[in-house]
Amino acid sequence: MQAKLKLFASLSDFLPSGAQANQIDIDIGDGESVAAIIERFHLPDRLVHLVLVDGVFIKPEDRAQRDLKDGEVLAIWPPVAGG
Amino acid sequence: MAWTRKVLRVNLTDGTCTPEDLNMDWAMDYLGSRGLATKYFVEEVDATVDPLAPENKMIMATGPLTGTVASTGGRYTVITKGPLTGAIACSNSGGYFGAEMKFAGWDMIIFEGKSEKPVYLMVENETAQLRDASHLWGTSTWHTEEQIKKENQDPLIRVSSIGKAGESGVLYACIVNDLHRAAGRSGVGTVMGSKNLKAVALRGTRGLSGIHDFPAFMKVTEEKKQILAENAVTGEGLPSFGTQVLMNVINEMGALPTRNHRDVQFEKANDISAEAMAKPRESDGKAQLITNAACFGCTIGCGRISKIDKEHFTVVNKPEYWGASGGLEYEAAWALGAANGVGDLEVLQYANLICNEQGMDPISFGATIGAVMELYEIGVLDDETIGLAAPFGSAEALAELVDMTANGVGFGKEIGLGSKRLCEKYQRPELSMSVKGQEFPAYDSRAIQGMGLTYATSNRGACHLRSYTVSSEVLGIPEKTDPLTTEGKPGLVMAFQDATAAFDASGLCIFTSFAWTLADIQPQIDAACEGDWSLEKLSEVGERIWNMEKVFNLEAGLTKDDDKLPERLTTEPAKEGPAKGLVSGVPEMLPEYYELRGWDTDGKPKAETLGRLGL
Ligand code: SF4
Repeated sequence: MQAKLKLFASLSDFLPSGAQANQIDIDIGDGESVAAIIERFHLPDRLVHLVLVDGVFIKPEDRAQRDLKDGEVLAIWPPVAGG
Repeated sequence: MAWTRKVLRVNLTDGTCTPEDLNMDWAMDYLGSRGLATKYFVEEVDATVDPLAPENKMIMATGPLTGTVASTGGRYTVITKGPLTGAIACSNSGGYFGAEMKFAGWDMIIFEGKSEKPVYLMVENETAQLRDASHLWGTSTWHTEEQIKKENQDPLIRVSSIGKAGESGVLYACIVNDLHRAAGRSGVGTVMGSKNLKAVALRGTRGLSGIHDFPAFMKVTEEKKQILAENAVTGEGLPSFGTQVLMNVINEMGALPTRNHRDVQFEKANDISAEAMAKPRESDGKAQLITNAACFGCTIGCGRISKIDKEHFTVVNKPEYWGASGGLEYEAAWALGAANGVGDLEVLQYANLICNEQGMDPISFGATIGAVMELYEIGVLDDETIGLAAPFGSAEALAELVDMTANGVGFGKEIGLGSKRLCEKYQRPELSMSVKGQEFPAYDSRAIQGMGLTYATSNRGACHLRSYTVSSEVLGIPEKTDPLTTEGKPGLVMAFQDATAAFDASGLCIFTSFAWTLADIQPQIDAACEGDWSLEKLSEVGERIWNMEKVFNLEAGLTKDDDKLPERLTTEPAKEGPAKGLVSGVPEMLPEYYELRGWDTDGKPKAETLGRLGL
């Protein structure tokens, strides 16, 4: 199964080589959770702030239960804001 | 007393400059800046006035914390009746101009009448003089600022001015200070131009005195700065990535209005994002972004300073644009880019430079181009009418049209009237993405429901800065709410509106609210200002300001019909993303909002509401 991982702002540095335009296709295991992916890519806790799957916000307490499915997009930002 | 207690009244018809004492009774009820200046304005100006008539006035005002050591204390506001909207106009700017007004000894400057010839106001502490500006008329804001500094042999003068857009009647002309900071929206620069007032130049050497409880003020401002420094958003996120970091966030959420709100996601969003600005270009190996920048006294520093690619077609023969300059910020990048389907970062920077140079609101300009491109795509406008091909996505058209609009040339004159008048003229009024005639900013109200209500009820026409519920609905500040639901949003919008009005009235920047609440501003105001400034009182000041603005709009002739979104957003569902299938729920939220406000079903404040607020 494959999903897309997108990392933005200072998290861009954690993208593996081969990533383009802040994203990369990744293989995911059956039942692999959002939290497991965050761990697999060694994303520091303090930088994992805004987590979206297919554009929908995943609360911090739900990340371990929310399995990533084939074709989904996981996008993550550090604390940011705008106006 | 953090107020200087002095108002400068400038009568442009008579050519007089008269000092007055600040009305301290009003200051106690309206605090300053947006609040106090609007109070002066509604007391002095008939709401039915033609915005471009000499009878309309224009006030530039600071808040009690402007010019102090409080973080972000550099803001000033321009209050007038807006020519784009026919509603109250209230545009806030940073930079250094606001603080300089305080250092010269003035809380606000009221402009009335109309000068026969172009003039600029020169204020040096207590001395104020109207001077001939014939030689500056027809020139840019950049030239004007440089020239005024040169002819006064003082590089420390601070200047706010209009460019060609404000002179030629572009209805969304802005007032630019410190080269790239602007009181941007609703056409405040058009009003300034209508008065033949080219610029306001300030030099203040008095510093600021009279802080009510100075030791307490120093202590509390220091503590609050610490909060900004330690907060991950204001201490790191905003200075490093600026507001532009939102481009990918909002796109990912399916809330990025694209091609005149036909779509909610832009396939080239990443190409025009903060990440793209920081990436070395293929052409010269340099990133567009040079550094961040801060306004007076700001410890956040969200501003962007960039350099355009010298080889880009827009500037290859124009070395005057090769230097470092302000931008891109998120709103401008969205309006010039996604709203038109244009994914060329360099052309966006060029259009933004022209907007700064000639004093034009990039949000309204960009969004109007979105309407022009849609009218072109459906065959209502053609190459002959526009003078060029203008399909969605055309960088060439954007570059050409920004020059034509800023200079009032050809079809640019029609673009300068904004999308509402343009779409009405071509009998497709439904294609103007605006409320009260002012174009939307960068959030689609089908995917961020609170923002729909924000736009519909904003007293100055569609605007994100009256109640930025994106904080809650997207970023989780102060707490996360679901952007796709309408439940609870009327209360959320109202709370944001009132708090924002109080922030604005203080003279501080609303971006502090990513780390501060009103409870952080309150002790700073309380230490700086005489009188009782409790949290309850500040909240009431916010609500009072909101209702005062609303009453002005009603007296100006606006009705419930002006609190409406374009049909596209309430009848055409989002095509993709999390909001796929959804329309904006403004029609169902509006009655609840009116009720919470203490307004009747027509959106008019009830007598008891006005009485409670002392209006
Ligand atoms: S946060 Fe940004 S806009 Fe606000 S005062 Fe600071 S630099 Fe200016």
